[in-house]
Amino acid sequence: MSGAHAHALHFHGHSPVHRMAAHVKIAALFGFVAAVVVTPTQAIWAFGLHAAVLYVAVGMARLPAGFFFRRLSIEIPFVIFALAMPFVATGPRIEVGPWALSIAGLWGAWNVVAKATLCVGASVVLSATTEIPDILAGFDRLRAPRLLTAIAGFMVRYVEVVVGEVSRVRTAIAARLGDRRRLGEAASLATVSGTMFVRSYERGERIHQAMLARGYDGTMPVISTTPVPARWPPVAIWLAAAWMVTAVAVVVT
Amino acid sequence: MLQAVCNKRDSMHVPDGFINAAASVGTGAIAAGGLGYSLRRAGRVLKDRHIPLAGVTAALVFALQMLNFPVLPGVSGHLMGGALAAILLGPWMGAAVVSVVVVVQALFFADGGVSALGVNVLNIAIITALVAWPVFRGLIKLLPATRVAAMGAAMVASLASVLAGSFAFVVEYAVGGVGGAPIGTVLAAMTGVHALIGVGEGLITATALGAVLASRPDLIEGLSDVSLRGAETAPSRRAVTTFAATGMAVAAALVLFVAPFASPHPDGLETVAEETGFSDVARDHPVGGPLADYQVAGVGSEAVGTIVAGLAGTAAAFTVGFGLVAASRKRAGAR
Repeated sequence: MSGAHAHALHFHGHSPVHRMAAHVKIAALFGFVAAVVVTPTQAIWAFGLHAAVLYVAVGMARLPAGFFFRRLSIEIPFVIFALAMPFVATGPRIEVGPWALSIAGLWGAWNVVAKATLCVGASVVLSATTEIPDILAGFDRLRAPRLLTAIAGFMVRYVEVVVGEVSRVRTAIAARLGDRRRLGEAASLATVSGTMFVRSYERGERIHQAMLARGYDGTMPVISTTPVPARWPPVAIWLAAAWMVTAVAVVVT
Repeated sequence: MLQAVCNKRDSMHVPDGFINAAASVGTGAIAAGGLGYSLRRAGRVLKDRHIPLAGVTAALVFALQMLNFPVLPGVSGHLMGGALAAILLGPWMGAAVVSVVVVVQALFFADGGVSALGVNVLNIAIITALVAWPVFRGLIKLLPATRVAAMGAAMVASLASVLAGSFAFVVEYAVGGVGGAPIGTVLAAMTGVHALIGVGEGLITATALGAVLASRPDLIEGLSDVSLRGAETAPSRRAVTTFAATGMAVAAALVLFVAPFASPHPDGLETVAEETGFSDVARDHPVGGPLADYQVAGVGSEAVGTIVAGLAGTAAAFTVGFGLVAASRKRAGAR
């Protein structure tokens, strides 16, 4: 499992963004997200410019538009939720077609849709251009708690195994129970959750035994495929652009 | 198989832009502190053999969140797992494991905002674990040491943890929410929805715990010092009925306790709305239905009305749920 093979979130490529050191990209993601979140809602133009800054990153990463927007679609549930805001929020209302919409609610919906889209877009660029082990190593370089990155490392390594096992069990249930409106399934799925916990726990114990057998001494060996030098200047310029937009937006509004 | 992981579309996580920057930073600091403390406490008992274990459990919580349970025809929900993780692994390790899941979802799957990481970690991982654990342990000490009692305690603990998480969100929204939805409405909607989600979460958690009890009771941290009677055998019909009745009574008690707080007192904005005469528009709930706004027509006091609505909702959910399960059982038996 894991190792160098590509994950489905990853878009294989050799662009400058792909070659960038992971911890630099993580820092850039957090910097960009902060710039977007701080931008005042009313400065609609500023979000356009932020989108342009994000577009530079997407373009430099050479991500195809189809791939990018398919990954963006994860935010659709939030967007639907945000669209309810103009109907529930109070305050002065404005007639839009057949509805009287709350102005505060409309701003709120715009705020969530604009900021969530930009931030999801930025994290899509990170996960599309960086292998998961590199992201975890990047967090280590940024001094995230070791225990956290270690647990996350095992999680991403085994998530495919566990998800596969759960879906196989689910198929087995369907084969034995039939798909009777799926309601009789609820109780058996809940039981499966418990059984799967026992299996996962025992799997965790076996993994540890296997690690000991291979000479594990309490620290994970770092196997870096190619050590990447951290080149900050391009990222700094990119971030500066985003923060400049934010600063102007804050001053103007 | 990772395609399945990518196709995870439904999400309960707060996105970017929902809570303003100041409140996000504040919540982030609280969450980081809580997570740091949990990791330290977990690290004290955590030997290096526990790291793969915690990682695989995190992967399992992630996988279970993708498993959609049919709740009602056309409606499905999924386990959030905070309470289950806390009961099985202890509060600190439980909080750490679910936090890892939330962080990975945000950073790798773009599920939940990066700036809302603090909010999501706090509500979904830390508060749920730290509420579920004492509730579960307290009930275990109070109740007789039987399998049904343990499952009932798990059910109550997860219901309480889900409600606590939703209250935390309401507090965060009150402090730094964007969009001007009145807090009374947010509180009523969140409480109503999460009471139902919590009952579902409770039933799943209890059943899952029952399954672990049947095969490896020694793995359950929350029962490490308790030996239960009759854990190895399948529960009798009477035990199941007792369990269901207890769960329902507790849910009803919770609604009684919680609902008065959910009474939507008109706040400043709403008062303005009433004076200017568009409050009838503002009061309309987008969900609608006979219990919209969680009040029952013809009941005098708002608080009493909310309680009646909450109780009716809980009762209806239980009746429909058990009716459907019973019906599907009967059909299975007839085959």
